[in-house]
Amino acid sequence: MKQIPNTFKAGPDENGHFGIYGGRFVSETLMPLILELEEAYRAAKADPKFQAEIDYYNTYYIGRPSPLYFAERLTKHLGGAKIYFKRDELNHTGAHKINNCIGQILLANRMGRKRIIAETGAGQHGVATATVAALFGLPCTVYMGEMDIERQQPNVFRMKLLGAEVKPVTSGSRTLKDAMNEALRDWVTNVADTFYIIGTVAGPHPYPAMVRDFQSIIGKEARQQMMDAEGRAPDSLVACIGGGSNAMGLFYEFLDDAAVKIYGVEAGGHGIETGQHAASLTGGVPGVLHGNRTYLLQDADGQIIEAHSISAGLDYPGIGPEHAWLHDAKRVTYTSITDTEALDAFQMCAKLEGIIPALEPSHALAFVKKLAPTLPKDHLLLMNLCGRGDKDIFNVAKALGTKI
Amino acid sequence: MVATGEPRIAARFAALKAEKRSGLITFLTAGDPNMETSLEVLKALPAAGADLIEIGMPFTDPMADGPAIQRANLRALKAGVTVKKTLAMLTQFRKTDQMTPVVLMGYYNPIHAYGVPAFLKDAKAAGCDGLICVDVPPEEDQELALPTRAVGLSFIRLATPTTDAKRLPKVLQNTSGFLYYVSLAGITGVGAVDPAAVAAAVQRLKAKTPLPVAVGFGIRTASQAEAIARVADAAVVGSALVDCIGEAAAGGKKPAEIVASAAALTRELAGGVRRASRQ
Repeated sequence: MKQIPNTFKAGPDENGHFGIYGGRFVSETLMPLILELEEAYRAAKADPKFQAEIDYYNTYYIGRPSPLYFAERLTKHLGGAKIYFKRDELNHTGAHKINNCIGQILLANRMGRKRIIAETGAGQHGVATATVAALFGLPCTVYMGEMDIERQQPNVFRMKLLGAEVKPVTSGSRTLKDAMNEALRDWVTNVADTFYIIGTVAGPHPYPAMVRDFQSIIGKEARQQMMDAEGRAPDSLVACIGGGSNAMGLFYEFLDDAAVKIYGVEAGGHGIETGQHAASLTGGVPGVLHGNRTYLLQDADGQIIEAHSISAGLDYPGIGPEHAWLHDAKRVTYTSITDTEALDAFQMCAKLEGIIPALEPSHALAFVKKLAPTLPKDHLLLMNLCGRGDKDIFNVAKALGTKI
Repeated sequence: MVATGEPRIAARFAALKAEKRSGLITFLTAGDPNMETSLEVLKALPAAGADLIEIGMPFTDPMADGPAIQRANLRALKAGVTVKKTLAMLTQFRKTDQMTPVVLMGYYNPIHAYGVPAFLKDAKAAGCDGLICVDVPPEEDQELALPTRAVGLSFIRLATPTTDAKRLPKVLQNTSGFLYYVSLAGITGVGAVDPAAVAAAVQRLKAKTPLPVAVGFGIRTASQAEAIARVADAAVVGSALVDCIGEAAAGGKKPAEIVASAAALTRELAGGVRRASRQ
């Protein structure tokens, strides 16, 4: 581990390790592919033309920078810290996922890949991938668990409208982890022409670092915007975590600002004590899955346990390896929020701010609801509102017992 | 003489060479469809013509495997198999067979959860000769390959169609026992082997390593096994046998009938392999 001790931003090392986490745990067939990807990404990162292309699409296609918004009524309601939202829900396709997809499809283009595959849980990453595949005229196959297809019908239809083929995954628990297994099986079978766009800061190296880099624009913009608004950096950051890409995107910029407190919010499902949750750091132990070592929900025999969350986007039994490392290093405080708490926050945000958030950032918001009242009024609390809730209204109605 | 560890594998390949023939390696998933039947299948394999046996350790997320072995994993997990029970099954087998090399094959997480040193110690004590771990590449050798070799077990690596000349030395570096050539880019049990392409690949590998080369993925029938046996030191059959066990179990067959079906298929495959005598 070649971390410089006085920085949290030097990782990963040349083998993709964040401390003991991360790495490249894939089959031999995929090894040459991920080494090639790593090389191509390194070259692209050093090429100003690549960054210029990303900047172009960020501005004119995604609509960046996303606003930094002072949530005044929420601040008054909670009666403590000054609450700001980083509004990545206003991006094209309605979430932060597109930031990463633009970066990866531009890389796929540079590498001459002719076919795109992806996995999706809630469908947000699937929609973002189908979107960029349409934009660049590449055929796209999205793997989605049968269970998730049932609970995310609007996104399934969106992907189809965008020209993607949505392949239902019937193996295992038929959710996000199985979709990822199936995407890896596709990749290993179609090695010559296929680019796998992973949607979060997990998977084999270089994915966790690459996805973080593409998402880190969130934190970079937020720092500048907070400077413009308040003349200083925020005092604390809050973001929800499934795999953890929106959180890494916000946190990375501030990791070495020792004064900035950082909170990651996992999905507590029915409650950690029930065993039905998706909180890998709070309720899991380190293991190896999907190409990296990280905290996993697993039994004593190393079998992966199904995650549970009302939010399909957080419903994953693992977490990005950089989060695992930041957890052990105690740089970031990880906590969890239950389904019920998230639902309450979802409704509160709609009524107080006129913003319907996705169920994923509703978890972050539920934690803000607890944290803000304990803080002084001059405390700057920045939350990543990483997705909008249009996709969730059917599930929320069902959870609230309302027929629509 | 009772051989252990690497010598048991080496002794078997030496014996095959003396017989001027290639070997048959059969794969079964531990505990499929249940522990008792699985042990009986295992015991029946050597007499039916298996020269070396791979025992799959079930995992919830077998991402390198096709539908047949995925289903076998789920059947075994449903039957309550664990790493401990898998090792106990091997211990039972060794009471009746001291000569047939047995290789444990699986994914890293169950081994990781068991603890690498404890797993290697217990696997060796159970009579295991080698280990194949699908998701630990040479880049992570300090995790498992080096500790495995340090306790005197073979670490058998997979080479694949994507393993080019530049990468091959890295794959061979800490490989022992034999080299497992994956005949096609893909998952287990899907697609059919191309003997001509395999022949060229095996020659390429043999130019770089003195280890025996076994070939697997896409071999289901006696004639495919025969074709591969002409060009490689061993042919591996997995999904076809696993399907045979799965179908017999699904059809409500009694344990003895499941064992008989698996043994019959193994005899057929062994017949194919034995028809292909080598010089």
